[in-house]
Amino acid sequence: MFSDFALTAIVQGIAFAGLGCGIYLSLRIFRIPDITTDGSYTLGGILSAIALSSGMHPIPVLLLALLGGGMAGASTGIIHTRLDVNPLLSGILVMTALYSVNLILAGRPNLPLNEVKSIFQLSGNDADTFQCLLTVFLVLALLLGLLYFLLITDFGIGMRATGNNETMAAAMGIHTQGMKIIGLALANACTALSGSLICQYQGFADINMGIGIVISGLGAVMMGETLLANWLRKSLLFHLLAIALGCILFRLIIAGALYAGTDPNYLRLLTALIVLGIVFAGKLRKTSST
Amino acid sequence: MIRLSGIRKTFNPGEASEVRALLPLNLELLQGEFVVVIGANGSGKSTLLNLLAGSERPDAGTIRLDDTDITSLPDYRRSKFLGRVFQHPHAGTAPDLSILENFRLAALRTKTKTLRIGLQQDFRNTVQEQVAALQMGLEHKLDQPMGKLSGGQRQALTLLMSTFDSCRLLLMDEPTAALDPRSATIVMQLAEKIIRQQELTAVLITHQLKDCLQYGDRILFMKEGRVAEDISGEAKKQLKLQDLYGRFAD
Repeated sequence: MFSDFALTAIVQGIAFAGLGCGIYLSLRIFRIPDITTDGSYTLGGILSAIALSSGMHPIPVLLLALLGGGMAGASTGIIHTRLDVNPLLSGILVMTALYSVNLILAGRPNLPLNEVKSIFQLSGNDADTFQCLLTVFLVLALLLGLLYFLLITDFGIGMRATGNNETMAAAMGIHTQGMKIIGLALANACTALSGSLICQYQGFADINMGIGIVISGLGAVMMGETLLANWLRKSLLFHLLAIALGCILFRLIIAGALYAGTDPNYLRLLTALIVLGIVFAGKLRKTSST
Repeated sequence: MIRLSGIRKTFNPGEASEVRALLPLNLELLQGEFVVVIGANGSGKSTLLNLLAGSERPDAGTIRLDDTDITSLPDYRRSKFLGRVFQHPHAGTAPDLSILENFRLAALRTKTKTLRIGLQQDFRNTVQEQVAALQMGLEHKLDQPMGKLSGGQRQALTLLMSTFDSCRLLLMDEPTAALDPRSATIVMQLAEKIIRQQELTAVLITHQLKDCLQYGDRILFMKEGRVAEDISGEAKKQLKLQDLYGRFAD
């Protein structure tokens, strides 16, 4: 049934929204193309699998994933600002290092979640798809609410100014280097949260689960932004909602392709083509509006 | 009072492209003094301003504010007492943030930006009042992104923002260079008004020789990394435009 397929895709899409928020923070707020994402997403999954297997309650597990991702992002931020390394390279360095870190933590390439209580089994037995939907929805609502609050506080205005005009931000007494470190930490914390949710939903963590995830996230963000382009300016909340919507749509398209019988080996190629298409659509829109 | 003693600054030392931007420089700026700096390109004007702002460090020498040594204080910490207006009208504001959000940062220039929602009605009213005084009709556009405004409007707002929170020293690097004559006049008159009202020490870099006759208490004419002439008081008032042109000729 496609409706089951679609419902699963929607759950995955909502679980993906943390990744979308992470990309939004690094790429849109701070204008840093941050590739740490691939590593911090896997880190979130691996940490969660280990912690759940050792019997930790699923809620602190989510916090652990946030913390792990935050540390990964802070490392990229410190390498970029303190050692003055190009931000793209800083991200690639940390992502590469994280592959080993993840493998050492896990001990083997794949960690199945057998006989453990994940966030989707909080009520006792296996949750049906609707309960899964409710769970990821609650986590997402909390995340978007907190991010929106953060971005409209005085601190958040400082964050946005740092990415928008660093000279001005420094002249306004903002420690821009510290702000970038905090921003990248937050971005990767959101990403790791997605890694944790997906790992718990699919029932395993895999060392390769994060490969190319940054492109999926980017595609989802751009898809949401392109579709709701006229609303983005109205409020930051709309922008965050557009990203969440983009993530869901992106998963739906992938699910649709799989349902139609696409060989899973073609998925990455398909993802790249979709992202290329969205970028191109964005360019066309700009040219036609000017 | 700000005192610079024995300041040296060399760019790319030891390389073929070595530039000695400042030779040993000694300079005192009095409290409430409006200083205009002129000189040819590469004479060290901008370096002087950047050293005062803290975005560049001197190779030698000290900078003191009253009795405090601020030589190694980074730019974001000097913002506690210093406001800046840049040459490019886009440099002093964040284009994607609204006018109101830009002013919120300006209001917190010397303070910590906390996890508090500061964009409340009373703050909006304060900004509205100050922006209305510019008579540019911007008081009803506070939620518009700064990037939608013209260069002149942005520069006027930058000036207002840089002195919105307590400020002692105002640094202006050719603030009117990119503006049309009418906007330039508005911005200069606003600067003059704010400097006098708040009794600020101000440093203005300009290539507009007329401006340095009309505004300021003191002229520093810089040449090859040093202050070639320091004209103030009655001598400054008597100065004529042709005297200044002559100085650029040799």
